Amino acid sequence: MGGGDLYLTGEVKMALSQDYATPTARARGLGSAKSGVSSYIGQLTSALALAVLVPWFLFSVISAVGAGYSGAVAWVARPWNAILLILTFGAAFYHMRIGMRVIIEDYIAKSGTRTALLILNSFAAIALFAATAATVLKIWISAGA
Amino acid sequence: MAGADWTDERPMSPHIQVWKWHATMAASIFHRVTGAALYFGSFLIALWIVALGARPAGGGEAPALYSTIEAILASIPGQVILVLWAAAVLFHWANGIRYLVWSGPRVGFDPKTASGVSVFNFVFAILGALAIWAAATFI
Repeated sequence: MGGGDLYLTGEVKMALSQDYATPTARARGLGSAKSGVSSYIGQLTSALALAVLVPWFLFSVISAVGAGYSGAVAWVARPWNAILLILTFGAAFYHMRIGMRVIIEDYIAKSGTRTALLILNSFAAIALFAATAATVLKIWISAGA
Repeated sequence: MAGADWTDERPMSPHIQVWKWHATMAASIFHRVTGAALYFGSFLIALWIVALGARPAGGGEAPALYSTIEAILASIPGQVILVLWAAAVLFHWANGIRYLVWSGPRVGFDPKTASGVSVFNFVFAILGALAIWAAATFI
């Protein structure tokens, strides 16, 4: 016979169990926020670009590195190669960022760790793009082409 | 992955061990595995291009970092990494096109085609990586 609610009527119990959670807190984790489709479209669009850019990159980089350091520099310095390289890096790092975000969201349940990794993922992808694009521009401009 | 602190009462999707392994399932799993591997592989490509743009050593010689990377790539472990990287790229590329075909024209869903394409992607990746390695080494 324990329990402090022994003498409370139904209405009083309902009033006491009032839910103070915000609507957002109640809805969280219960389904789609209807914003995921933009990632999906971004992933498909960058995939479409990479479907063309990756074969070019493979073929081109293999022929370039065979000629050693000076050959590789001359390859990057050619305008079309520089432009295509920056496009390849942009599409690839954008695609990677979305892909890794999905992996983190799937496997990391702990909210703090997940947030930290998602931020790190964004920083890594954008930093890699900045570093590679700046280097390509540097080589291209230094060559004076 | 659900840990000890999992409190959601809704049914979970069945775990990996209750499924019979199949080509389409393997292709889906390896798409994610190769994607994650390529993520870290891209760090190395970025390092290579940054080294290429570093200030040349005296007399227009290759920068020290670039020479080091070139030497590592020419070694046997380096060659193994390059072949594995090429296989991962080719698999992710071919299997990614499968996803694009599924999403765009929406064809290729019947089990026979889907399985056949999945097997093809694995064969394409392995043979393609070896072909690229042979072409880069001997031509």
